[in-house]
Amino acid sequence: MSRPDAFPRGAAAIVGAATSGLGSSPGFEASDLAARASVDALRQAGLTPADVDGLFFCHSTDTFGGLSFAQYLGIHPRIVENSRSGGSAFQGYVELAAQLLHAGVIGTALIAYGSNQASAAGRLQTTVQPMRYEAPYRPIQPISPYALAASRYMHLYGATREQLGEVAIAARSWACLNPEATRREPLTMDQYLAARLVSDPLGLLDCCLVSDGGAAIVMTRADRAPDFADRPVFVLGAASETSHRDIAWMPDLTRTAAIEAGRRAYGSAGLGPSDIDVVELYDAFTINTILFLEDLGFCPKGEGARFVEDGRIAVGGSLPVNTNGGGLSCAHPGMYGLYTIIEGVRQLRGEVGARQVAGAQTALAHGNGGVLSSQGVVILGVEETL
Amino acid sequence: MSAMTTGPDAEYAAFLAEGRFRLQRAPDGSYVFYPRVAQPGTGAPLTWCDASGLGEVYATTVVRRRPPEPSYNVALIDLEEGVRMMSRVEGIPADAVRIGMKVEAKITSDGDGHAVIFEPAS
Repeated sequence: MSRPDAFPRGAAAIVGAATSGLGSSPGFEASDLAARASVDALRQAGLTPADVDGLFFCHSTDTFGGLSFAQYLGIHPRIVENSRSGGSAFQGYVELAAQLLHAGVIGTALIAYGSNQASAAGRLQTTVQPMRYEAPYRPIQPISPYALAASRYMHLYGATREQLGEVAIAARSWACLNPEATRREPLTMDQYLAARLVSDPLGLLDCCLVSDGGAAIVMTRADRAPDFADRPVFVLGAASETSHRDIAWMPDLTRTAAIEAGRRAYGSAGLGPSDIDVVELYDAFTINTILFLEDLGFCPKGEGARFVEDGRIAVGGSLPVNTNGGGLSCAHPGMYGLYTIIEGVRQLRGEVGARQVAGAQTALAHGNGGVLSSQGVVILGVEETL
Repeated sequence: MSAMTTGPDAEYAAFLAEGRFRLQRAPDGSYVFYPRVAQPGTGAPLTWCDASGLGEVYATTVVRRRPPEPSYNVALIDLEEGVRMMSRVEGIPADAVRIGMKVEAKITSDGDGHAVIFEPAS
């Protein structure tokens, strides 16, 4: 039997967090981008690759990516974790790393990712196999499954394209404050509505960017964290849940497994949605933000589309959501889950300048994998929340 | 378990080639799609039954192509038997397919195999 209190609240901390080459980095391999971010994140903690004994890494097309990256770094980790649940894999890595650090199996965890998909292919790179009972109908993967979810949501709750547009415009408002973001020109509703439809009701501006980029975080036990960081960020809760792989087997297209993952992560953290200062959601498509705001308890089911109206999640709104500009307007290097964690860490370290949420003490960093398939939730806090 | 000579995918495809849309049924009376060797959750054995072919649109999208290539419908269909499948609705414009619309199955030949598609129920 699993225990509801199995996650060690506050036992592990993030002591380094870095990105590299976000946007376009021609001439760099995915591992180059991941290694640049890894070295930078380790350096923040006064560490080097040689200190890493737990490596958590996945690669878009290299099944043995964790081994390849250990070799690149020249390390012999005792734990190499390169399981892939899609973009939510990194939330799962944080959960597992916290447990392994707490148990004393490892001492220093490096969680890293890199992709050169924009420069190498100009589109999402994946080795995911087409589902044989879906492929004959030629859905565009992964857009059409999300479009199907959006169609169902709009049918049930009367949501509109304009409300999806509010999500895109809010993300862009944050991106305008982020020097690292790819799309930094303001977005108007007219521009949103004029964008070409790709898979109804989703159009070009409902879809995340296709980016290059690397990312890495470093985790240690919380009691050692002050040796490595002035402002360590503590993992208060983490939980994951998977409900399906292919969209036809998602039980209800308007309710994701983030409901259950969130419930357990909040439970471990001893916090609820109203205690969260900064919300970082995996916005591969505009509908995601609406579904996850509901599923993670920021508003009731069916009210997410109205919730995002009038700039509520934009710069200056009452709930700061996707403060880096998100996958929609900052960057989306294929698997985005690590970037929500890094933005949460940066907000809690108070280092993000114009987009800083004043006094932020808690952050929720969410990951989504597949087609709303696997969901991961990490809840982070500053020392005062322990 | 008796010796397995043909996998469930091949059996399903062979039925379609004969013009029969069949689903698997478990001992508890519930139906299963896609074809499997055991019932999800329980692991119980499955047997084939004819599908009613009747269903309802659960979700729908239009995949937009650049002209002259035609745009086309992709839909999730809830079958009367309680299972859901991806398919498309033909016989009406792709953007006229509505959630809740009653549809009926038809077997089509899609190049290298047969597939179940749907038309508005008559």
